[in-house]
Amino acid sequence: MAPEPPLLSMSGITKSFPGVRALDGVDLDVQAGEVHCLLGQNGAGKSTLIKVLAGAHQPDTGTISWRGEDVTLRSPIAAMRLGIATIYQELDLVEHLSVAENVHLGHEPTTAGFVVRGRAARASTAELLQRLGHPEIDPGRLVGDLSAAHQQIVSMARALSHDVRLIVMDEPSAALDPDEVDNLFRIVGDLTAAGVAVVYISHRLEEIRRIGDRVTVLKDGRAVARGLPAKSTPTSEVVSLMTGRNVEYVFPPRPDTPRVAAAEPVLTVENLSRRGEFAPLDLQVRPGEIVGLAGLVGSGRSEILETIYGARKPDTGRVLVDGKPLRPGSVRAAVRAGLGLAPEERKAQALLMLESVTRNVSVSSMSRFARAGWIDRGAELGAARAAVRELSLRPDNPDVPVRTLSGGNQQKAVLARWLLRGCRVLLLDEPTRGVDVGARAELYAVVRRLADEGLAVLLVSSEVPEVLGLADRVLVLREGSVVHTAPARELDEHRVLDLVMEGSPAS
Amino acid sequence: MTQNVSPPRDSAPKVPSAGEQPAWRAVLFRADVRTLSLLGVLAVLILIGGLTKPDQFLDTRNLQLVLTQASVIGVVTVGMTFVIISGGIDLSVGAIVALASVWATTVATQEYGFAGILFTAVLVGLGCGLVNGVLIAYGGMVPFIATLAMLASARGLALQITDGRTQIVTVDSVLDLGERDAYVLGIPPLVLVFAAVTVVGWLVLNRTTFGRRSVAVGGNAEAARLAGIDVRRQRLYLYLLSGLCCGIAAFLLIVLAGSGQNTNGNLYELDAIAAAIIGGTLLTGGRGTIVGSVLGVLIFTTITNIFALNNLQTDVQQIAKGAIIVAAVLVQRRTASTT
Ligand SMILES: Nc1ncnc2c1ncn2[C@@H]1O[C@H](COP(=O)(O)OP(=O)(O)OP(=O)(O)O)[C@@H](O)[C@H]1O
Ligand SMILES: [Mg+2]
Repeated sequence: MAPEPPLLSMSGITKSFPGVRALDGVDLDVQAGEVHCLLGQNGAGKSTLIKVLAGAHQPDTGTISWRGEDVTLRSPIAAMRLGIATIYQELDLVEHLSVAENVHLGHEPTTAGFVVRGRAARASTAELLQRLGHPEIDPGRLVGDLSAAHQQIVSMARALSHDVRLIVMDEPSAALDPDEVDNLFRIVGDLTAAGVAVVYISHRLEEIRRIGDRVTVLKDGRAVARGLPAKSTPTSEVVSLMTGRNVEYVFPPRPDTPRVAAAEPVLTVENLSRRGEFAPLDLQVRPGEIVGLAGLVGSGRSEILETIYGARKPDTGRVLVDGKPLRPGSVRAAVRAGLGLAPEERKAQALLMLESVTRNVSVSSMSRFARAGWIDRGAELGAARAAVRELSLRPDNPDVPVRTLSGGNQQKAVLARWLLRGCRVLLLDEPTRGVDVGARAELYAVVRRLADEGLAVLLVSSEVPEVLGLADRVLVLREGSVVHTAPARELDEHRVLDLVMEGSPAS
Repeated sequence: MTQNVSPPRDSAPKVPSAGEQPAWRAVLFRADVRTLSLLGVLAVLILIGGLTKPDQFLDTRNLQLVLTQASVIGVVTVGMTFVIISGGIDLSVGAIVALASVWATTVATQEYGFAGILFTAVLVGLGCGLVNGVLIAYGGMVPFIATLAMLASARGLALQITDGRTQIVTVDSVLDLGERDAYVLGIPPLVLVFAAVTVVGWLVLNRTTFGRRSVAVGGNAEAARLAGIDVRRQRLYLYLLSGLCCGIAAFLLIVLAGSGQNTNGNLYELDAIAAAIIGGTLLTGGRGTIVGSVLGVLIFTTITNIFALNNLQTDVQQIAKGAIIVAAVLVQRRTASTT
């Protein structure tokens, strides 16, 4: 890079929350036109650092200089004025407003300063969406009606609606499928070619290799490595910097199939369908078996899980546990029969943000700790502690409110809930979204161990290697129909991607 | 913080994570700040009362009166706190108190004596709560609208029953409860009922599955549903609970006034909501405490009393209450964000 001052230089940034020092003297330099990747385990402080950069948090100490001049970012607006746009990890769109209104929120095109020019807003939104490769999103639609992937695109359009010089993306690829990720990378390429800098956060190391220029690694609120070359640093080195140890990024071994195949299926789905979401589906899961559903975002996978779980009412078909049919459309019946669901949208569908980790974890198993409605809090806390430890959730104190946990640790809290309940069939929807490399390997091991103990698992993931590595049997879905079923060891990533995109079993 | 090496995961699980103790203490401290600030306000009020009207305010009879008045609205507020914590609202509490108090004091009911009056009051409260609950939980009505409708109809029915007349209670055993002879160690029985409702309410909220479920429903209804909680049934129970509290309050009011009137419980809904809010209950649901609400009630009742002793008009009282609500919420926001 040229020796001119970096576009952005943050130095000695510290930030404490009650009881936690999230950032402990972090330095970060970003050059114009580069993709600077920020890596670190869950809770390392990545999101906190970029919130400081976005003006959403005020640092306790430290300086920020922008194009060689010291600046104070008192508010998100101050950061935006400089040309810093941020796409947050937890989407921050207003569901009841339209796409165009969200994109222009806070800087609406107006006449005479206050009359919003709706048409102009819609037109410029349509143009941005076109640029982002998604002309099919209607700027007039309510954001709440869009899929998660499309909401991500809208966030991106919002960031680009400003005149940006630096754009920060906090795990933008977590909700995207491979196609969308390619599209995202094309956009990133266009931006950097135009001299815009990108700060990119992801737990997927292969993405860092594809688009990253330099890497800064955070660990426990400190930068343990700065400006490493993204393409040539060995993965093992990055991982050991992040975790402070060597992680074998491998999936746990599968048990011998004959034993599993001999068992009676615990979960049977017969002819289950919902109009417009997924075609009639049959599937069986045996105790000890992990069945994976592979498919693109929007191929009906989450809908299938939610229907099995009773959160949606099927149009046809039924769900049986141990051969006994469940009352359709009743979550309570499903839970009583031993089903558990770790849903895709943890914030909206799973977590009680104001409550402690303990209460979030115990909410589905309260009756286990209660006699005549009376809760034995000692037993509850002990069980929550054990579950938290098992998943190495951090901080390991289960009394802290879930709201203060980092994204990946919130995901672990959801899993801990069903670990604690000890259910018989576990439905996992994107279980490792936002979970760091080290914790991922632990999660896989936990899921496999539970399966070995007789749990039946139905797994949905956009990450094909995860489905192939963890599941015993894989169902490939395209547009709501199963196009292929095979044991996981007979498939590879390319084959699955082909099936998912074209749907024609090419052999 | 020094270099914090992440603990080896399999062994030594007891390595404390960064700042475990302080986080724990911060939570405790925050809870305390809220309660302490309310206690502080109450202490200041008592001081003001003692300074402005030393003989009258601190007189035992006056203090007994303040507590007795707080009891009626206090019982209503405990129920209201549960409803608000669960993300709902009950605008009909005052009207239910009125309806229950007149229904329980009709000539026909009074023939059944003490038990007749008590059971009628409680049953009418539960009945109204049931209607609210069914409309909201199973009819999909917005709590604001459903309970607003109940407010109008219950008041109307109360007027129809009494025809606007005061119904005097003739059952001696009921009236005796309000007499000085019935005081236990100087404490009026009504206050004991309020204390009991408070303790039970606290236990239910903090120590039972019912309380947990209420908080969960208020914090994130969709998450509660997917966690296997029957959200609709929980909502029904919560409005039943609020109705039950109104029934108990109506009975207390009958004892206190020695009569039933269709104008009873006027604006109780506002007082109860205000007390819960200054006590720290989030109007959006998901958080709240019984202790805070009860302190809120005591603060309001004390203000009313001090103003009455100083011959200040109700309009001044209302303005002062409004100011206190604003101040309390501002103070809480501060303490919540700085600790
Ligand atoms: N508002 C808050 N109050 C208290 N603690 C917080 C708050 N926000 C973050 N923290 C704590 O700060 C630390 C860093 O969190 P941060 O969200 O920056 O992690 P992260 O690196 O983005 O992790 P992830 O990969 O899981 O998203 C964590 O220990 C977290 O619990
Ligand atoms: Mg984060």
